[in-house]
Amino acid sequence: MSTGVAAQAHGEHAHPTGWRRWVFSTNHKDIGTMYIAFAVFGGVLGGVMSILVRMELGAPGEQILDVIVGLLSGESAVDVVASGAHYQFFNVLITAHGLIMVFFLVMPALMGGFGNWMVPLMIGSPDMAFPRMNNVSFWLLIPSAILLVASAFTGGGAGVGWTVYAPLSTYGQPGPAVDMAILSLHLAGASSILGAINFITTIFNMRAPGMTLHKMPLFVWSVLVTAFLLLLALPVLAGAITMLLTDRNFGTTFFDPAGGGDPLLYQHLFWFFGHPEVYILILPSFGIISQVVSTFSKKPVFGYLGMAYAMVAIGVIGFIVWAHHMYTVGLDVDTRAYFIAATLVIAVPTSIKIFSWIATMWGGSITFPAPMLFALGMIFLFTIGGVTGVVLANAGVNIALHDTYYVVGHFHYTMSMGSLFAIFAGFYYWIGKMSGRQYPEMLGKIQFWIMFIGVNLTFFPMHFMGLAGMPRRIPDYPDAFAGWNMVSSVGSYIAGAGGVLFLYIVYRTLTAGERVAENPWGEGATTLEWTVSSPPPFHSFEELPEIK
Amino acid sequence: MTDIDAGGHRQKHPYHLVEPSPWPVVCAASAFVLALGLLLFMHDVTSWVLYIGAAMLPLTMFMWWRDVVREATHEGHHTPTVRIGMRYGMALFIASEVMFFVTFFWAYFGAALFPAEATGGVWPPKGIETFDAWDLPFLNTLILLSSGVTVTWAHHALLENDRRGLIVGLAVTIGLGITFTGVQAFEYVNAPFAFKGGIYPTTFFMATGFHGFHVIIGTIFLIVCLYRACKGHFKPDHHVGFEACAWYWHFVDVVWLFLFTWIYWWGS
Repeated sequence: MSTGVAAQAHGEHAHPTGWRRWVFSTNHKDIGTMYIAFAVFGGVLGGVMSILVRMELGAPGEQILDVIVGLLSGESAVDVVASGAHYQFFNVLITAHGLIMVFFLVMPALMGGFGNWMVPLMIGSPDMAFPRMNNVSFWLLIPSAILLVASAFTGGGAGVGWTVYAPLSTYGQPGPAVDMAILSLHLAGASSILGAINFITTIFNMRAPGMTLHKMPLFVWSVLVTAFLLLLALPVLAGAITMLLTDRNFGTTFFDPAGGGDPLLYQHLFWFFGHPEVYILILPSFGIISQVVSTFSKKPVFGYLGMAYAMVAIGVIGFIVWAHHMYTVGLDVDTRAYFIAATLVIAVPTSIKIFSWIATMWGGSITFPAPMLFALGMIFLFTIGGVTGVVLANAGVNIALHDTYYVVGHFHYTMSMGSLFAIFAGFYYWIGKMSGRQYPEMLGKIQFWIMFIGVNLTFFPMHFMGLAGMPRRIPDYPDAFAGWNMVSSVGSYIAGAGGVLFLYIVYRTLTAGERVAENPWGEGATTLEWTVSSPPPFHSFEELPEIK
Repeated sequence: MTDIDAGGHRQKHPYHLVEPSPWPVVCAASAFVLALGLLLFMHDVTSWVLYIGAAMLPLTMFMWWRDVVREATHEGHHTPTVRIGMRYGMALFIASEVMFFVTFFWAYFGAALFPAEATGGVWPPKGIETFDAWDLPFLNTLILLSSGVTVTWAHHALLENDRRGLIVGLAVTIGLGITFTGVQAFEYVNAPFAFKGGIYPTTFFMATGFHGFHVIIGTIFLIVCLYRACKGHFKPDHHVGFEACAWYWHFVDVVWLFLFTWIYWWGS
């Protein structure tokens, strides 16, 4: 503040300050920081919803939702139960939980947050290719989130599930809430498509001299493949939900058999988007795990090219397996045979990744700080999710397990443990670089163990519930399922405590964390981001690094 | 590799570090107003918010792209490397647009190859009188294909540094684009089936409607290029804006060929 006017004017030019620095930002690091803050907000919101769901499911019968809906609507709990409004609220909760976790936690954290921060640093570029477009990608998420959260409080809310299947979404809930959720997805989709264009262009066009594609860090590879999935999958979701919108409001009959349409068309379109989408959630996680495992084993990743092209293979195959989400809709038996085979093939590149991580650690000089613990946890738990995925890929078995808690257990092992653990690993790995302050190591380790116990206790019993026949998306269940549901709910409270501890660790790190130098991790950390200061200068790499 | 940025500082890389800009956040706000407006319109509350949103978004884009044009034309930020990035960006955007149209063709082929009971099990559905593909639709095909030729004429003129040829070529392309939209509007008004008449009009109007919308956007893009051509913005070796426009126009052209072949011709 005491600097001269001229110096300040110059500083203004290079380093905008105050609210303009963030709101008008064209800086990949600032935008990445906003993404991460937004993801934390989304995680808290979606996490609270999951706790509410588990509280309701902690025991058979009405638990808390009748009281909550009563408080929100001013009716007595008895009237709420009589009207069934608490069941609709349950549907709204799981819908919002799913959409928020996918679009407002995992995607902003992995692509928007770590992708924005680390891709330019790792390829030795001063920023993203389209800095303004980068900012609109972030800011589109705000109206998107507003629409989704507001939809929960409009009419009865949108209780159609994150898949928004027709005909429930076309005729089942005619109020404005579902339209708001659809428009929210439109905005989030536009945000992601623009982000994907930005990442692909940046990676193809802005690598430092000497950084060939085959020398890129695996995290950059993962973001590149993910960006292609986003680019090609999200427009299909946009088309599908546009059809929903016109079916709902303008009299088209895309999904209405009475008008010659087909409700299954929606499922095909949705899963043509939806299956690449779940790889969008996991591929950047794979990238983070590769960096972390290599760093803390003090060895380069085993089978680098195999690792890179395994992700490419997963991305390509991800587009041709969608109907394995639809085994119960009456597909032709040959069609089902094809989708089984194609789906099982994905186990090959995925196994290449898992085994290469293990081979990377083999013979390495391994240390176990918090990011490495989360990476190991991710490898272990994602493998469980992958193995149950192989089970579910079989159409015959799937007939029995479709829409049961087995599926819920499966995809939470891949996402709540695969993606989320990788996000935690990435956070602890890079927070020193991003903020210039290191997290408290002991608290990080404690948080890992609390989360590890919590999520396993929450989701492992779901396999038992599913095998016993408990359907997903129900607010109440027979007494026979009470035991494991209680265990699962207790697990979610433990995981919730881990989440609260994480927020405290963030606070501690930013206010009292130890200052760190360029590279706090030592010789194992070989990528370019460890060659610049922590935090990096506003424009990193004014002079491009030369890669040999 | 050395370049001088807007502040007169020597820059040791070929990239364009963009100054902070208000337009992204204003653009997001406009998109919010547009979404909100659509919501209120669909639920019969008011149309005004929709109109405001529909005005705000193009206005924001205008301001944003005006900045881009200034940076490219007057401030010299668009180095050869930056231009390659712009081309990547446009090609990728068109790829995502292709996937958007794939959804509507998916809906169309699903309905046409596996006709439902409600359509009488045949395609086109019972009681639907379709357009004669070799009537106005064929005229429109010729118009759009010709416009692909004229935009290439304009491009070659530009490469030859022939500004008059560029301007005339663009003007003719724009004329053809507007004629196409006019013929399409005439066809819509005289359609033998109503918008709410089941799956045939659903797929027909949504697929051709989104295409028509893209033709209008492409025509606006061409008009912007014509204005810039008159201003002398384009150089034989530096005209990314024109190239992007031509690519977009060809994309719109190809989508039409699919619409014509499969919906107008095969589908009748």
